[in-house]
Amino acid sequence: MKLTVDGTTHEVDVEEDMPLLWVLRDELGITGPKYGCGIAQCGACTVHVDGVAVRSCQLAASDVDGAVTTINGLGIPAARHAVQEAWIELQVAQCGYCQSGQIMQAAAFLDVNSSPTDTEIDAAMSGNLCRCGTYPRIREAVKSAALKLKAT
Amino acid sequence: MGRVKTIARRSFLIGSTAIAGGVIFGTYQYKREGENPLLTDLKPGETAITPYVKIDAQGITLITPRADVGQGAWSMQAHLIAEELDIDPATATLSSGPADAIYYNGVVGVEAMPIAATSETMLARTGRGAADVIGKFLGLHITGGSSTVPDMYDRLRMAGAVARETLIKAAMKQTGLRRDQLSTENGCVVLPDGLKIEYIDLATIAAEIPPAQTVTLRDPSQWRYLTKPQQRTDMVAKSTGTQDYGIDMWMDGMVIATTRTNPAIGGGLIGFEAESARKMRGIQAILPITGGIAVIADNTWRAFQAAQAVECDWGPAPYPGTSAEQFEVVASSFTDDHQDSRLKDQGDVAEALRHGPLIKAEYRIPYFAHAPLEPMSVVVKMSKQRLDIWTGTQIPRFVQANMARLTELAAEDVHVHVLMSGGSFGRRLEDDYIAQAVEIAMQLPDTPIKMIWQREEDFTHDFPRPLAIARAYGTVTSGAIDAFDLSIAAPSVAESSLARLRQPAIGPDVAIVAGAWDQPFSIPNYRVTGYRAPPMVPISSWRSVGASGNSFMHESFFDELCDAAGTDPLAERLRLCWHMPSQKVLEAVGEMSDWGSDLGPGRGRGVAFTLSFGVPVAEVVEVTQTDQGIRIDRAYVAADVGRVLDPKNFEAQVQGGMIFGLGHAMNCELTYEDGVPQQDNYHAYQGMRLHQTPEIMVRGLENGAKIRGIGEPAVPPAAPALANAIFAATGKRIRELPLSKSIDFV
Repeated sequence: MKLTVDGTTHEVDVEEDMPLLWVLRDELGITGPKYGCGIAQCGACTVHVDGVAVRSCQLAASDVDGAVTTINGLGIPAARHAVQEAWIELQVAQCGYCQSGQIMQAAAFLDVNSSPTDTEIDAAMSGNLCRCGTYPRIREAVKSAALKLKAT
Repeated sequence: MGRVKTIARRSFLIGSTAIAGGVIFGTYQYKREGENPLLTDLKPGETAITPYVKIDAQGITLITPRADVGQGAWSMQAHLIAEELDIDPATATLSSGPADAIYYNGVVGVEAMPIAATSETMLARTGRGAADVIGKFLGLHITGGSSTVPDMYDRLRMAGAVARETLIKAAMKQTGLRRDQLSTENGCVVLPDGLKIEYIDLATIAAEIPPAQTVTLRDPSQWRYLTKPQQRTDMVAKSTGTQDYGIDMWMDGMVIATTRTNPAIGGGLIGFEAESARKMRGIQAILPITGGIAVIADNTWRAFQAAQAVECDWGPAPYPGTSAEQFEVVASSFTDDHQDSRLKDQGDVAEALRHGPLIKAEYRIPYFAHAPLEPMSVVVKMSKQRLDIWTGTQIPRFVQANMARLTELAAEDVHVHVLMSGGSFGRRLEDDYIAQAVEIAMQLPDTPIKMIWQREEDFTHDFPRPLAIARAYGTVTSGAIDAFDLSIAAPSVAESSLARLRQPAIGPDVAIVAGAWDQPFSIPNYRVTGYRAPPMVPISSWRSVGASGNSFMHESFFDELCDAAGTDPLAERLRLCWHMPSQKVLEAVGEMSDWGSDLGPGRGRGVAFTLSFGVPVAEVVEVTQTDQGIRIDRAYVAADVGRVLDPKNFEAQVQGGMIFGLGHAMNCELTYEDGVPQQDNYHAYQGMRLHQTPEIMVRGLENGAKIRGIGEPAVPPAAPALANAIFAATGKRIRELPLSKSIDFV
């Protein structure tokens, strides 16, 4: 089957029910999306399909019906997305393992809500687990990223 | 570099230690430090001036031997070296270095000793000295106990200073100039005319001259990085998906493995049926390992699917199988023959309790899992005379020794490459998952193997923090606590975890009473007794170890006695506290939270205090009773680490520690059926999520005499501060964790 990931189209030979996460990580070598739980409870695997945040551990490869964007495609160290920029400035990450998913969740959310309230941020981001407890800075970084996106 | 140089360098590569205003070298340092392990593995053109600084024509590598499990240890170690070396740490490459005795931890051993952090008796000082000697003797290359900063503060700055002065000597040799004509700036030696020689261009000469023997550490007033907000070196990678963890490694010819062993740990495998699993796509082999099976595949998901398809017949748990039975074992351990310690016994508690009226309470805490978000994973490759291991671990030398024993290789043929960890909370103080991968590698030589646990395997094969029960008795006079008698029963973490590392556990286990016996209060009649319950579920250190649970018991009961005495819990703590830095953190949270002001109906404030790892921490939590349950509105923390080296990361660790403490207190437990934890993924073990997270205000104080670490100390007071706030808001006293068993949260 064909998959378009971060702007590149790939032909992959995998089972129809292999979750997108493992196609990305093991077949295409894109390791930014992380495996944390495998049951859509932690959000570390979050990617975008046509701009919508999805849990790639629960999305079968054959059900992918649009262009996939991963954290590796959202921005790169030399050319970062505004959300990544906010994450770096506010020094959100601790172990960092959940942050690929947090950033992808936040980027998709800010795409549909450019001026979120605290309550809206809480609702949008509560599906993403962080064991280190970086939540206060996640809240701040989402707000900071919203301002950055408006300025561009 | 030639062999002659290597030998010559070894003879003068001795370490360093600070004295007031300077440094001395000689027998004392020689005793402290061994050979520089970097010298055995140098490539042409490389120089290793100290065990922490390596330079070649391409750049500077800083060795940061304490593991980074998310607490920012690599970045902090790099800043400590860079401050003295005079480089921008962002320009350096960081490496964990090899597993080696020279990177021993001279501080962490104190945590196992019955020495209060506030004690300055001769015995206490001698004990701390012994921890350093033992750490060196055993070559304890280990990360834990919030010890990285206290252990490395002098050592790494000195390493940076020695490297800087040696580079200046190299520049003197090259230019013929005097020391007083040269200075350094951002990776360069600066000549009197303003010309600069880059350090990397001095590497070759530096390799040929002896390292500087006399260096002076910079006065803190000259610091560029320390005590200022630092930019952590890992932020860009961790925000762009480019940070490589063990789980992300890929090598040519690599296969994926996953394992299943008995979730009743130690129960063994009676038999298994793998016929259908073997036929699944991408499955290369199903191999036996100790107590279970390993699936080898070409893709992680295929390995997981096949592992689930294997039918295993597990043996019974070698310990009581249900939570009720396990708590019963602990409850029946409050007997003389189980008494493990009585490290606090002041006044006459028995006599005071006779005068009653007696206030009694019993507290219970469950098993907690570590559950770092990166599941246990490791890459191994075994060849005839060499074993390579890539993983996030806090114990590289134990891994080296244990895997050498398993493979019958010499320890020096086992190479442990320490990677960034996606969390740990103490889990990576264990090497069980590494041993499984090595068992696979012994059956598949010359093949790189990436072993990844399924999340369910990770939860059910954790070594959790132990369950515990405390029985508390006390009396009050009008307006004051008169007697405080706390007895805590729990299985011993030291006994369980040290046995797995093949180390003896000697004497009482201080962790059974840590965070309770060592608190700086002058209660007239004050006693803390530890009772050691028999081993059951294998257990281990969990962020803040003994204090993580004991603080809930100690500080909840403190609150109960204040209530009985009709006294304010913050004022009473301040009245009874004799330790100045502790008084100051209590005063600080009082001021920050506007303690005493009226919050209005349905709202309440709770305070708790714990001194752990030498760090006094006071926390205040504010809650509101709503229609949907308890909402945590705000929290305030004041902590004293002696000197805050990075205010940004200090705040992050304090907030994260408090959230870790609150989230587990509210929402988490491991319960057991047939010896198997019933919570096998995050749906049943939520911790804290963003919508439950309060605003957390943090203040760092610097009244403590010694510099301390902050990875753990903010955890313990969180649970009792929350329970005390719930009591203040609702009148409901909850004595068992998780609190959600007794009350709803928003």
